[in-house]
Amino acid sequence: MAESIKDKVCIVGMGCTKFGELWDRSETDMIVEAAYDAYEDAGIEPKDVQAAWVGVTGGMTGMALTAPLKMQYKPVTHVENACATASDAFRNACYAVAAGVYDIVLALGFEKLKDSGFSGLAMAGGVSSNIVPTTSAPGMFAMLATTYFARYGLGPDEGKRMLAHIPVRSHHNGALNPKAHFQREITMEQVLRAPIIAWPLGLFDCCGVSDGAAAAIVVRAEDAKKFRPDPVYVKSLQMCVGPAEGQMNTKYDYTHVEETYRGGQVAYAEAGIKNPRKEISMAEVHDCFSITEATIMEDLQFSPRGKVKDDLEAGTFTLEGDLPVQPDGGLKCFGHPIGASGLRMLYEMYLQLQGKAGPRQIKNPHLGLTHNMGGQPAGCTVSVLIVGR
Amino acid sequence: MVGITSYGAYIPLHRIERDAFYKEWGGMPIPGERSMATFDEDSVTIAMESAIDCMKGLDPKKVDGLFFATTTSPYKEKLCASIMATAFDMRRDVRTMDVTGTLRVGTTAMAAAFDAVKAGSAKSILVTTGETRMGAPAGDFEQSVGDGGAAVLLGDKGVIASIEGSYSVSDEFSGQWRADGDDFIRSWEDRMVYDQGYSAVLPEAISGLMKKYNLSPGDFAKIVYDAPLDVRRHARVAGGLKFDAAQVQDPMFMNVGNTGAALAMMMLVAALEEAKPGDKILFASYGNGADAFYLQVTPEIKKLKARRGIKHHLESKKTINNYGTYLRWRKILTLERARRPEQAATSIVALWRDRRIILGLWGVKCKVCGTPQYTATPGIMGGGPPIRICVNCQAKDQFEDYCFLGKKAKVFSFTHDNLADSPDPPATVTVVDFDGGGRAAFDMTDRDPDEVKVGMPVEMTFRKLYHDPARGVHNYFWKTRPIR
Repeated sequence: MAESIKDKVCIVGMGCTKFGELWDRSETDMIVEAAYDAYEDAGIEPKDVQAAWVGVTGGMTGMALTAPLKMQYKPVTHVENACATASDAFRNACYAVAAGVYDIVLALGFEKLKDSGFSGLAMAGGVSSNIVPTTSAPGMFAMLATTYFARYGLGPDEGKRMLAHIPVRSHHNGALNPKAHFQREITMEQVLRAPIIAWPLGLFDCCGVSDGAAAAIVVRAEDAKKFRPDPVYVKSLQMCVGPAEGQMNTKYDYTHVEETYRGGQVAYAEAGIKNPRKEISMAEVHDCFSITEATIMEDLQFSPRGKVKDDLEAGTFTLEGDLPVQPDGGLKCFGHPIGASGLRMLYEMYLQLQGKAGPRQIKNPHLGLTHNMGGQPAGCTVSVLIVGR
Repeated sequence: MVGITSYGAYIPLHRIERDAFYKEWGGMPIPGERSMATFDEDSVTIAMESAIDCMKGLDPKKVDGLFFATTTSPYKEKLCASIMATAFDMRRDVRTMDVTGTLRVGTTAMAAAFDAVKAGSAKSILVTTGETRMGAPAGDFEQSVGDGGAAVLLGDKGVIASIEGSYSVSDEFSGQWRADGDDFIRSWEDRMVYDQGYSAVLPEAISGLMKKYNLSPGDFAKIVYDAPLDVRRHARVAGGLKFDAAQVQDPMFMNVGNTGAALAMMMLVAALEEAKPGDKILFASYGNGADAFYLQVTPEIKKLKARRGIKHHLESKKTINNYGTYLRWRKILTLERARRPEQAATSIVALWRDRRIILGLWGVKCKVCGTPQYTATPGIMGGGPPIRICVNCQAKDQFEDYCFLGKKAKVFSFTHDNLADSPDPPATVTVVDFDGGGRAAFDMTDRDPDEVKVGMPVEMTFRKLYHDPARGVHNYFWKTRPIR
């Protein structure tokens, strides 16, 4: 009979590079920094790692990790699950430890987007019939806003003002974070006046595009205290991959993301959470676009359906609010190096649970949730991880 | 009786004021406006739209042949009529042919279709034309030409205008031409070109026809013949043959321009829109010789359901005065590259495997739950055609064919994407729900961004999605557009 992962494995070390346009740093630089910071944090040597999972999109083999680290003949799996890649690398690493086949493993995610010279994501072209509509990632998510506004009777100005609370809050938090790509405050007026990227989303509704890497060392819960007094326990490791039916099935309402809703439900069940709004202390969610975060708040049941506006206006998701979201600045301020983001989110939860988040520190958090989404509203893969003390 | 049983036409939405060219280059101001293909249109899409108009309410399975006439085919070696036959889901044994090489290929193709039906080797043949010729920048031709198309269905039942006779002249003359590799029209010194070409040969064919069938100018309600690039030469032909100005069909120079091999047929469609039973029409076309026909309009013309034809397409327009847009859409200038990922390589295998789905908009309907469904494109993360598992009830392989061609739809969601690379930014993308069921995402074209709303009704239009220059492949698919 299947068992919950709850309290079976722990994170005992993490590393995270500064995210940004790291023109002078290569993938190797980022991987070595994230891995060695995690080793040092866990108090281990490179040779102590028995197996590893590496997340990057468009990679080929586990050598993406072993070659830069010169890791000596270990089992390494390359994991790819779009924007949820790093979360999935971590998830698989945890399962291997829980299965008892390894004592110490490494999960590392990285991505170098800014070597491409492109605006936005350098999505792989490949070979195809080439008749896909001309959309960028902002375009695909903008349609969520179009329909959300229409369904809930929000005029464009009202809808955009609702969404503007999200980047303003994220930039406030990012300004407190030395590892963030963007470390400055912005105003509502700046958000509302910014050029349109994909109507109705403007520049500040879109997350940054950056380079970065993050890593975690995972061990069994019973061994965790041998490494450190304050390990972070895994409470839930869930993933929901949709059938990509939203652009084929008229039942999809385009005002929510079904994978997020279902991923949240199974994660709450696994962690034994009955009232997520009350029990979750904080969250790092996939705010690739402001509208994405708005609908995630509803899908994860932090806000009632159609009512996220009230919580945004009330400041519920600010550092001082009832349920701080994106305490590190989110994808908005970190940018989104695809293969790294899930572990970057986890890194903030790890710091917060250990009380090491500095000026961003949330008072006495117990449970942190990360939500990582790959794909588009009409079809995606969603990871929901819950960690705690 | 053999003749025309249906007709249709297409004029691109956009017109450009000739003043836009004059403002740019000076020279001789030419009045009026010309039609201008949108960036995603070419001779194939225009001929397809014309054919769709012509085939409205008719069964493509009953068509025995599809002839495509143009001088601006996107391919030198590859049939385009087969693209349209596949889009219409015509029979496997349909006779397909591209006719090209001179400006009278529209009538040449019509004559061939007429002969085939008359000889009994076919009962019904669709002849469609489409043109997107270009004059070089700063010349008169760039102002004189226009883009457009027309189609006629020839058959022996339900004839609305019978073809009572024809007469042709062949004439060797390189007065106007485009050689292999030429993007723009070339012409010899114009007085010689017209005096020895159009102004001599077209009257020769018209009088030859009248002599052959013992007809005189007074017998005809209308005389329909195309104009040369210098439109002033047009009226002189009729005058010289003693036709009244009132008998002469307008060559649409002021509002469309010279649409090359499509012009004569477009003018014929315009004439048929006004024709009454009993009218005789003289129809002719020039190009390295000339073809002339003698048509007799029948009472059946009253029964033909309304087509958009020329009249509606002339009224449905958006006029611009912007030479930059013209240069960009016709790819005359090399523009700065968008800082976006490279277009994927086009796979001929994928295009071939999914040809009915892509060109014919064929989806499926689940026999278990009744849900119509369609997919032509792999989502960004997978899931391309064909549909094997029902999107609604997950039944496996329990489908009947279901065609979305000709279905109207409503916008369920949309965006105007400024980041995506488009020759007509912002790129408007729609997710639409089809009347009767089914949802899919398509680019939207020929729209004013401000008019796009959730719930807006749209129709499907056949367009060129991409040209893969590295492989020389043109991709055709459907887009949504506001109902014209």
